[in-house]
Amino acid sequence: MREVAVIGVSMIKFGRYPDRDVSQLAAQAGHEALKDAGVQMKDIESLYSGNLYATSGSGQRILQQMGQTGIPVVNVANACATGSTAFREAYFAVASGAFDMVMALGSEQMGKQGLLGSRGDPATSLEGRVGSYMMPAVFGMAGMEHAKKYGTQQEHFALASVKNHFHSTQNPLAQYQKESPLDEVMNGRVIAYPNTLLMCCPTGDGAAAAILCSMDKARQYTTQPIKVAASVLTSDPYTDRDLTLPDINTLTRNAAAIAYKQAGIGPEDLSQVELHDCFATAELLHYENLGLCDEGMAGKHVASGAPWIGNKIPTKYQEDVAPFQDKSYKPKTTAVVNASGGLLSKGHPLGATGVANIAEIVWHLRGQAGNRQVEGSKVGMAHVIGLCSACTLNILVK
Amino acid sequence: MAEATAAAPELRPLVPHLTLGATRDQDYLNGARCTNCKATYAGPRMYCSKCSGQGPFESVKLSKEGEVHVWTIIHQATPYVQAPYIAAIVDLPEGVSVNTNIVGVDPKPENMKFGMKVKMFTEKVSEDKEGNAYVAYRFQPV
Repeated sequence: MREVAVIGVSMIKFGRYPDRDVSQLAAQAGHEALKDAGVQMKDIESLYSGNLYATSGSGQRILQQMGQTGIPVVNVANACATGSTAFREAYFAVASGAFDMVMALGSEQMGKQGLLGSRGDPATSLEGRVGSYMMPAVFGMAGMEHAKKYGTQQEHFALASVKNHFHSTQNPLAQYQKESPLDEVMNGRVIAYPNTLLMCCPTGDGAAAAILCSMDKARQYTTQPIKVAASVLTSDPYTDRDLTLPDINTLTRNAAAIAYKQAGIGPEDLSQVELHDCFATAELLHYENLGLCDEGMAGKHVASGAPWIGNKIPTKYQEDVAPFQDKSYKPKTTAVVNASGGLLSKGHPLGATGVANIAEIVWHLRGQAGNRQVEGSKVGMAHVIGLCSACTLNILVK
Repeated sequence: MAEATAAAPELRPLVPHLTLGATRDQDYLNGARCTNCKATYAGPRMYCSKCSGQGPFESVKLSKEGEVHVWTIIHQATPYVQAPYIAAIVDLPEGVSVNTNIVGVDPKPENMKFGMKVKMFTEKVSEDKEGNAYVAYRFQPV
């Protein structure tokens, strides 16, 4: 396997585009990534297209918009990890030596229907009759498992939402760029306890793209090639309750162990992480799953300020956060988490998410992240989990 | 030659791991245990996801009483379901966990406890266009 670099990235502003076709959104992202890399469509040898709602032919329809060069197209679907799985396929295509330059594209158009619209025949649906199978229930219960084990309070989870919405105000590509102080998050209507409305990511439309190239050729195109130091995909191993409550933890832990070994680093070496905060509860679980803090310490970790940009709680929120802080807590890592605003603010157009995470990390490593720049960022990790269940981890190094 | 007649409406379990008896108090949850590794599943199985073996599987009549592992209160529900309601994972003594609704409790966080003892009952929950009725199980505090 040879070294692979990311030489171009893009992301269109996530939001709602009722007047545009999803392949047009994707083509725009693709063109912007080509421009960012300084290459042309004819240089791309293969396309990996992630799209969940319209998987079949998604990549071919995108090429009809942006250039039909006749290259191989692989259409990828892997739940919320769709885009990041497409990126990983692209990575392997170059690492293996099969191609020198490829594109990974993620796109999705969800509209306003969200996840509530498609539950089959109301007569025979289990939803709401034999428990709940929708994501708000799964991540509500996953948070409650943490509360059961460690006494985590609803406010601890809510702080992840406060942080990410604060970060989003500096990200012009985020679907929402609005701060939400702790009382606003806590007083929002409950969706599935303990997550309130502002602790759930929005649905939306979006697209993102990345150009991958062999490292030996990358310097022809850029002075700042970003190395893919690890690219990992796992699925659920057997755990006791996994068939009733999807286990979002174990496969992330397994992926982290492999990724850190591949990259030859530990969590303390990470400058930043874009992790899968589809719900605020998930963010805290993944601090522990990714080794950013010790077991049971996630609530103290978010309240310590460590995962916030600048590694501290902003002055205006200090009074709100103080009751949930443990002054004796020493953060194990200082990786900034979800500088982009996370899925909670940036949005989560399923197929686009995993590639957009890569774009965010690349911008920081290049020093191009504007007012939300993580100072001196050298090593970044992008984490995605899709149910049920796929976990991708990509570690990118300057 | 017999005339083709429309099938008479039936009473059906909403899930395969619910076995219907002659009356609702005879309904029970069924499980399958892998005789190789002892992993136990709700409902019938062909292969074992724990040991990857073919069993063989022995069927197990699951207990009616169990404990709440975790719960959430759903306020934003699918359109035909009344909210708020409590969704939970209940652990049964045979080593099986099931998804369920918890009823008989005012759906507020202060009323729910981890490990609380609950008991299963069944009831008709829906009917399809052909008139077939569907029975689901729920749990309520002991």
